[in-house]
Amino acid sequence: MMEQLWLIPALPLAGFVVNGVLGRRVSKAVVHTVAIGTVALSFLWVLKTLSALMPLETAHVERYGTWIASGSLEFALEFAVDRLTAVMLLVVTGVGLVIHIYSVGYMAHEGGYYRFFAFLNLFMFFMLTLVLANNFLLLFVGWEGVGLCSYLLIGFYFLRRSATTAGNKAFIVNRIGDFGFSLAMFLMVVTFGSLDFAKVFPAVEKMPVEAAAGVVTAICLLLFVGATGKSAQIPLYVWLPDAMEGPTPVSALIHAATMVTAGVYMIARSWPLFTHAPLAMDVVATIGLLTALVAATIGMTQFDIKKVFAYSTVSQLGYMILGVGVGAFGAGIFHLVTHAFFKALLFLGSGSVIHALSGEQDLRKMGGLRKHTPITFVTLVCAGVAIAGVPPFSGFFSKDEILLAAHHHHPWMYWIGALTAGITAFYVFRAIFLCFFGEYRGEGRPHESPPSMTIPLIVLAALSLGGGFLPVPHFLDPVFPAMEGQHESALVFVSVALGLAGIGVAAWFYVLRPGLADRVAASLGGLYRLVYNKYFVDEIYWAAVVRPVVGGSRTLLWRVMDAGVIDGIVNGIGGRARDAGRLVRLLQSGNIRSYATWVLLGSVFAIIGMGLAGGLR
Amino acid sequence: MAGVPLAWYLILSAILFALGIAGFLFRRNLITMFMSIELMLNAVNLSFVAFSYKFGRVDGQIFTFFVMVVAAAEAAVGLAIILAVFRTRKTLAVDEIDSLKY
Repeated sequence: MMEQLWLIPALPLAGFVVNGVLGRRVSKAVVHTVAIGTVALSFLWVLKTLSALMPLETAHVERYGTWIASGSLEFALEFAVDRLTAVMLLVVTGVGLVIHIYSVGYMAHEGGYYRFFAFLNLFMFFMLTLVLANNFLLLFVGWEGVGLCSYLLIGFYFLRRSATTAGNKAFIVNRIGDFGFSLAMFLMVVTFGSLDFAKVFPAVEKMPVEAAAGVVTAICLLLFVGATGKSAQIPLYVWLPDAMEGPTPVSALIHAATMVTAGVYMIARSWPLFTHAPLAMDVVATIGLLTALVAATIGMTQFDIKKVFAYSTVSQLGYMILGVGVGAFGAGIFHLVTHAFFKALLFLGSGSVIHALSGEQDLRKMGGLRKHTPITFVTLVCAGVAIAGVPPFSGFFSKDEILLAAHHHHPWMYWIGALTAGITAFYVFRAIFLCFFGEYRGEGRPHESPPSMTIPLIVLAALSLGGGFLPVPHFLDPVFPAMEGQHESALVFVSVALGLAGIGVAAWFYVLRPGLADRVAASLGGLYRLVYNKYFVDEIYWAAVVRPVVGGSRTLLWRVMDAGVIDGIVNGIGGRARDAGRLVRLLQSGNIRSYATWVLLGSVFAIIGMGLAGGLR
Repeated sequence: MAGVPLAWYLILSAILFALGIAGFLFRRNLITMFMSIELMLNAVNLSFVAFSYKFGRVDGQIFTFFVMVVAAAEAAVGLAIILAVFRTRKTLAVDEIDSLKY
């Protein structure tokens, strides 16, 4: 029974083609109708397909043909839907649709309108291919495609140098991760002879669990290198904060809700591999936890509202990675879903604020906006309580599941995670308080955004508040291995208390005692400057990686190898040929009698030679 | 001519050929050099015909006709070129006609 799954990604692709080819010539209304229409149809098709396929106990596979056949290797064009994919499809098309609608208002005054929507549709196509793929190669196509769209949209304002540089940075850093992903695929082909999920995973199940290093551990670690690039984990997270150069809906859709969670999805999808490599799992969990903590501390000190939420995204992705790293795949995906709601809302809300202030992003120049932009204020507070883990809102449920699983794995992981939860609550409410409370510190007249922007905010706010009651982990039970769960109320209480404490400290610092924060920052001195400058990671990378690579390319590869060796060989051959020609040219005197002499001498020598060799016989 | 041995024809042919070479190499006038070439061709013709007569085969004579035809064509073209050269340069001294070298 075919459900025509291919229509789900094909519809946005059609929107991309139409807007890409004709968008320049038609009005803005046509452009966004096409863009939103195709995504909406895709969303409806997802709903129709899923309702037809429910309860979806096993994966529904559709094969469209053979893509590559080479010897015994065969890569099929196959889409599959299981419960994990179903969750991802709903998140991608649902949140994607909301953000498309929001973009109509946000991008109304911007140039390149059709270009923006065309790229956004192309992104939807690749992201849906990524989640629907039934083998690693097709997944990789989507993986690379979303990277491309991310690059294109970060550099959307391509006249701004910082935007193009940020786009390049994202693309190059992701190449490092994708290199790891490619190596992992090569290793899988060598080991299992296939990249099909349906062949690789059963093959792994038959293998013993590797306690130490082994081929599965190597595959998992290489896959994780790919995930650190795409999902912005240490050490490759540096591109995501810079990616905020793109338009805010892009930050919300690509760099918060969907693309950056591809790494989490990929690890969850490959859980049979990871559960056979405990060492790799420990690495994943540790990196995730470390990323969550480090990014959260940086988020406390930033003044650009989008940068705060960017570091928050890195930190929350760290949580998800921690979740899948400790084996709580369902919890990781659950957090992915709730995060898609509240982080998209945070970004769209900040976009609404930026829109209201005509492009101002500095928190120090905001303040008191709750009177001017009440809907944005209320919805942002909804996102804030969700991300801070205040019960009974969505973030509380998903974060709690991850933290409990972490405690089950290693208690210290829980404590660091809970501390991070407190920091998270602090920086989110710091941003909200700086933005909406106190006196207005900027110029210009702030105004509330149009309904096309506020309605998506309200929809996402409802999802952020109530999303925790979606039975996502329970729904995913058939997909993932069972976790032996124990619900410890004391631990829940501690993390909630830390979250509330974070909100309280933020309120004390920025509402009740304005100016206290600056004094605390000043008294911390060097430590504050270290965190404010993001631990100088960019500077360290610049000195340790970028400059040696650029310098080495310039001196060794360009001046020595290219200009010296390669050009030397080519020019040398040409030059020697010319020298030889110059020498032989002397024979061409133009004097007929000298030619005749040469001919005569040649004949004489030929006859003598033949005579010596014994004649022609 | 039955009493004349083959070697004599060949010796005569060689002498004529050598005279042709010498004329070609040592004379400067283009017309003279052209005549030297004709002399060499006819020296070769002589040896062709002599061999043909000696071995009683017709191949050599056919070859001779071919050579004569080519020589006639060559004379026509060659003389035309010489005429053209003389018209443009007012000289037929080969040592001065060398500007086509590079």
